[in-house]
Amino acid sequence: MSATTEVTAGTAADQPTKKGKPQLSEGARAERRLGWMLCAPAVIVMIAVTGYPLIYALWLSLERYNLEFPQNIKFIGFSNYGAVLTSPYWWQALKVTVIITVFSVSISLVLGMLLAFVMYRTLFGRGTVRTASLVPYGIVTVAAAYGWQYAWTPGQGYLSALFNDSAPLTSEVKAIAVIIVAEIWKTTPFMGLLLLAGLSLVPEDLQKAAKVDGATAWQRFTKITLPLMKPAILVALLFRTLDSFRIFDNIFILTAGANNTGSVSILGYDNLFNALNLGIGSTISVLIFICVAIIAILFIKGFGTAAPGTDIETR
Amino acid sequence: MAAVTTTPRQKFGWGSANFVVIALALIPVLWMVSLSFKTPAAILDPSFIPASWTLGNYHQILSTSQFLQPLINSIGIGLIATLIAVILASMAAYAVARLRFPGKSVLIGMALLIAIFPQIALVTPLFNIERSLGLFNTWPGLIIPYIAFGLPLGIYVLSAFFREIPWELEKAAKVDGATPFQAFIRVIAPLAAPGMVTTAILVFLACWNDFLFAISFTSTISSRTAPAAMEYFSGSSQFTVPTGPIAAAAVVITIPIIIFVLFFQRRIVAGLTSGAVKG
Repeated sequence: MSATTEVTAGTAADQPTKKGKPQLSEGARAERRLGWMLCAPAVIVMIAVTGYPLIYALWLSLERYNLEFPQNIKFIGFSNYGAVLTSPYWWQALKVTVIITVFSVSISLVLGMLLAFVMYRTLFGRGTVRTASLVPYGIVTVAAAYGWQYAWTPGQGYLSALFNDSAPLTSEVKAIAVIIVAEIWKTTPFMGLLLLAGLSLVPEDLQKAAKVDGATAWQRFTKITLPLMKPAILVALLFRTLDSFRIFDNIFILTAGANNTGSVSILGYDNLFNALNLGIGSTISVLIFICVAIIAILFIKGFGTAAPGTDIETR
Repeated sequence: MAAVTTTPRQKFGWGSANFVVIALALIPVLWMVSLSFKTPAAILDPSFIPASWTLGNYHQILSTSQFLQPLINSIGIGLIATLIAVILASMAAYAVARLRFPGKSVLIGMALLIAIFPQIALVTPLFNIERSLGLFNTWPGLIIPYIAFGLPLGIYVLSAFFREIPWELEKAAKVDGATPFQAFIRVIAPLAAPGMVTTAILVFLACWNDFLFAISFTSTISSRTAPAAMEYFSGSSQFTVPTGPIAAAAVVITIPIIIFVLFFQRRIVAGLTSGAVKG
């Protein structure tokens, strides 16, 4: 696929590729202008909706700003950060978020791998399996979350009945487990499809050769399949981790953050809409953004995950 | 594609694995369907098959504007946001796939950044901005953020699709005497259409699925979308949980997804994987 990509790219660029600035042909300049013009609307919308508000959030986070006391708005420097970072609520929410992220991502990686193998190996009903597994991916998270909530309600839910009429949503650990299960159900198909795409890049010949040489199925998996799939796995992990870190919908419906089950997103939401505290809410926003940036940098620099799209720059 | 020699035992093994996958994927959905057809009395019975059936839950939600109006909002906001996002993303993706210009990597980087952006980080500032601009609790108040978050997805998927188009065909058509417009309409547009349909489906699903923005930037049913409206359902009395109506609403908003998945399974899979994994 990348080979054909480069060929197309090559034919598209008839213009001189030298970096010499002054000798830019009229055609190259027109191409440049057209490129900018075509990208401008998308860039403007993206900056208007994310870039500007992020800077505004930075500013708000330095202010004492409670909507209940609009006359008391005041610049207070980093006091909000001090308040949030010394608050047990923030650390509890961060702990819950990290636990949910670690468990849901790692379990859905293993299950996604199994799912990818099932979809890859299956001889008949290939379409049916894919269609069925796209349902959890596509379903509205809130709709599914209500289903899980009622399923675990004592006296009326099938899962609760299966587990001796337990009420897991009323205890911290069990509620978090239920949230993790809901997350895994929803996200494993996406993981499986990304891994399937990586799996189909592993040459069948290599597997056969290793089989002839007497490698066991497990050896073939760990020595051939896994190393070759590493890029696909890392990209899938990066996306899933960042996505899981912002978990909101499932928790909002299942527990609304009761019994210490709130994530950082729930905490940010509560500070804005229940406490009406824009200053603290913005501080939490900025801290979440920093967490996400750290995760992304860890993946890209630490594990060498190829950021999707980087191939476009280098061609 | 799979190994040529398959023993009956292996066949049985993969067959049961298929069955397990399908069951795990669909049981939670079927549970919602079952709940939506249960009478208030039957809801208190945890069995999977309703003891007594009713259409009352559907009748209840579809006869008041409490759900109908949000449903219309969801469809309208989703369609408008999708249309604009696909147009803007197509323009940018064409430039990314076909043109040489400085700043391309900045655009790609920006799209990646937004794709991984924690939405909650925007809720507080956008809430305040939308209030001061009068966008709070309006359709555009949701459409604009949806476009912004649909764009990165669109640019990724479409530039992957556009790079696969044999653009030489356009030249060939012109050599054969077609005008640039004819070459575009007859040759390029049909080749680009599948990618755009795929992108539109993915962007629409993302809008349809959103909950955080929908509850944060709306306050009445005039612009609240369906997922956000379910929270405000009321039971038959103040103290009963409206389980049946919520289940019925969940089923209603799942129907479009089932239709998409049934008809566009291949497209959705291709779109999901093209953006993230490059072959």
